[in-house]
Amino acid sequence: MSSEKQFRDYTAGTARGFTTRTDADRRAAHRKAWWREVGWRHIVAVVVSIYAVFPLVFVVNMAFDPNAGLANQSIFKSFSLQNFSDLFSSRPFGQQLANTLIVGGITAIGTVLMGAAAAYAFSRFRFQGRRFTLTFLLVVQMFPQLLAFVAIYLLVLGLQEVFPVLGMNSLVTVIAIYLGGALGVNTFLMYGFFNTVPVSLDEAAKLDGATHAQIYWTIILRMVAPVLAVVGLLSFISSFSEFVIARLVLTQPEKWTLAVALYDMVGSERHQVWGQFAAGAVISAIPVLVLFLFLQRYIVSGLTAGAVKG
Amino acid sequence: MSNETGIDRAAAKRRRQATEAHAQSWGAGFFVKLTLMALIDALGVYGVWTAFKVGSTVIGTVLVVLLIVVNYVYFAKRALPAKYIVPGMVFLLIFQIYVMINTAYVAFTNYGDRHMGTKQDAIEAIVRNSQVLDPDAPVRPVALLLEGDEYHLAYVDEDGQAQVGGQDEPFAADPEATVEGDQVTAVPGYTTVQEAEFEGLGGTRPTKPVTDLLVPLSSDPNAGSMKVMATDFTRGQTYRPGVEYNEAEDALIDRTSKDGQEIVYKANNTTGQFEANGQRYPGGGGWKVMVGFDNFVKLFTDPEIATTFAKVFIWTVVFAFLSVATTFFAGLLLALVFNSDRIRGLKFYRVIMILPYAFPGFMSALLWKNLLNKDYGVINNVILGWIPGFEGVDWLTGSALTAQVSVILVNLWLGYPYMFLVCTGALQSIPGDIMESAKVDGAGPVKRFSKITLPLLFVSVAPLLISSFAFNFNNFNLIYMLTGGGPIPPGDSVNDPGGTDIMISMVYKLAGVGQNPDYGLATALSIIIFIVVGLIAVFSFRKTRSLEDVM
Repeated sequence: MSSEKQFRDYTAGTARGFTTRTDADRRAAHRKAWWREVGWRHIVAVVVSIYAVFPLVFVVNMAFDPNAGLANQSIFKSFSLQNFSDLFSSRPFGQQLANTLIVGGITAIGTVLMGAAAAYAFSRFRFQGRRFTLTFLLVVQMFPQLLAFVAIYLLVLGLQEVFPVLGMNSLVTVIAIYLGGALGVNTFLMYGFFNTVPVSLDEAAKLDGATHAQIYWTIILRMVAPVLAVVGLLSFISSFSEFVIARLVLTQPEKWTLAVALYDMVGSERHQVWGQFAAGAVISAIPVLVLFLFLQRYIVSGLTAGAVKG
Repeated sequence: MSNETGIDRAAAKRRRQATEAHAQSWGAGFFVKLTLMALIDALGVYGVWTAFKVGSTVIGTVLVVLLIVVNYVYFAKRALPAKYIVPGMVFLLIFQIYVMINTAYVAFTNYGDRHMGTKQDAIEAIVRNSQVLDPDAPVRPVALLLEGDEYHLAYVDEDGQAQVGGQDEPFAADPEATVEGDQVTAVPGYTTVQEAEFEGLGGTRPTKPVTDLLVPLSSDPNAGSMKVMATDFTRGQTYRPGVEYNEAEDALIDRTSKDGQEIVYKANNTTGQFEANGQRYPGGGGWKVMVGFDNFVKLFTDPEIATTFAKVFIWTVVFAFLSVATTFFAGLLLALVFNSDRIRGLKFYRVIMILPYAFPGFMSALLWKNLLNKDYGVINNVILGWIPGFEGVDWLTGSALTAQVSVILVNLWLGYPYMFLVCTGALQSIPGDIMESAKVDGAGPVKRFSKITLPLLFVSVAPLLISSFAFNFNNFNLIYMLTGGGPIPPGDSVNDPGGTDIMISMVYKLAGVGQNPDYGLATALSIIIFIVVGLIAVFSFRKTRSLEDVM
């Protein structure tokens, strides 16, 4: 009995001792393999993350630093809300923020509605000139509107005489110009998506007596909702970042969008107000960042389908 | 029996409900359509009316055509697809197609600040601006009058009659005015401006709108005009145009030269200006004419413009190419490194790593302008500041080379997340069984990568690389926000192209912000960009055959 127990202890002990030794070896080997396979990737990830994030951390720092843009601008040494209060008291920043949301919002809605309607027509109807129009759109979308800004300026001067609301210094003008790009850029993205919605759905609805408008509004648009969200967001971001046309048309600070307003704060070599710029950038980037990260997956699929962020 | 009727009744009710519901929804849609169309037609008719009233025949005609088309499309039963395409197409045609065509037209004119309007406008402006003081004419006491916010002048003529006139309104007798001696003291409908009101501005010395006031003495343009003295607004002097337009000779006769000699500037209808001995008339602009390919010839042969253009063109191509190359390789490398499901927290890392892409691009460019500043920028002070003896690099304004390197590096930060996302997607879509079978066939990791992964990746990524190239080719925001196109060579003006200007920002400088905008030259340069983008498009269509997907 005792010998048996002893034996058991012994074997257990040796077994324990033995396994401990192999465990150490195995763990070392395993760790080595982990480093070779996975570990170094963590290091790369950390390094790249720092590279990605340090300018953004810095802009936040600058927003709270009253000495931003001066020789003694510091890194996380001072904290004050001075820049934010200056931003709203020394310029119509609230109005500019509102302008940007209005222009971006209406442009996004208009773009989605018009682009989706056109995509529906191309996807569901067969008509004369369909191939030509599609090819035409494909070619047109290659040319950025920006290239024609001289002619846009001249057109706005002409329209001003007839419709003052479509003239200089009007948000409506800017929206109308942005909507000019609605079909070119987005119809293709949507067209491909519309084609994936089975036609049998339309046909079933048609048999039940639905009109083409009912099919479009109540069936198709619901099926393609994700792509509508992507197109809307991309359109919002591109009008958010658009500078040349906004600066050309909008002449008074009260009418400016953020791109023009933020450029005005630091663009020229004189009168740079980096602190206010940083405060403004932090305020205005937050909604875009949140939206972007929230809809990240959809945007990526939209991007790989051919659109490029402006 | 009763049971049957019950069923019948229920069925009838159902049918009735169905038709009612149908009619109702159709009716609602129809009313929405009717209201919208009524609004559009009202706006359109108003537009047509104003357009013809202010003389914009082109806009008026286009509006009429649009109104007819839109009404036909939405009220005819046949034009079903058009109902869905027309709204977007209208905006596209006006704000994209028309402006592109107009760009092409302007490129063949000499349109610019020296050649703004018609020949008639140019002549009128030149004659009006050539006023010289007539030393023989009397200096008269005048009264300065205000009607609303417009200034007028009044004086007493030789017959004791009060004469009142304003800018572009020749003097005319006003019998109701009160005259005291040689002075007009009051005119009904006007308020007389008293000396006291100007005292705060330095006594009787007049200010800008008053000094600009030029009142024609009579409707005969050669009679001259009256202007108040620069030092005293209570006295008026007579000015006469120093330049006369001779219609028979189609020339300007300039009598303003100091030696009293007449210079004859003949109208040159091919260059759109008045010229004498090859010199254009210096005191005013010309008019807009078609100049054929002159602007393009200038871009390629004018010694100053051609060298700048060549430099800018080469840099644009280099910039676009390097931007795509650096971001793509960085993105590909990262995608390969993180194409493993064994990394814990990868989702978190990925969100952090794509943050630069989510941050609006123009803000990033402005932010980097601060980071790269020589004196207070973080790059010099913190990141490189620890190196002993490091004195700081003037990244953005030091030399063209450092500015160009900076632009590429900033664009790398902005663009690598996009390529990372795209490459990750492409890598994950490569079917695993191909890799397995290659492994079984004995292909090593290097061979598998170079013979399978890379080619398959390129197939799906190539069109995106091309469109990324096209995008960066016109990446105005980055250049303009980060360097403003600078550094500008010493001695050049702020509006001259600098070391990092790409073609589109050069167009911007030529057309917008410069001292002498030259729309003709600017649009000619735009046309060249159009052609390059067009070539890229053709190349990309060939490569991706996306045209075939359409059909």
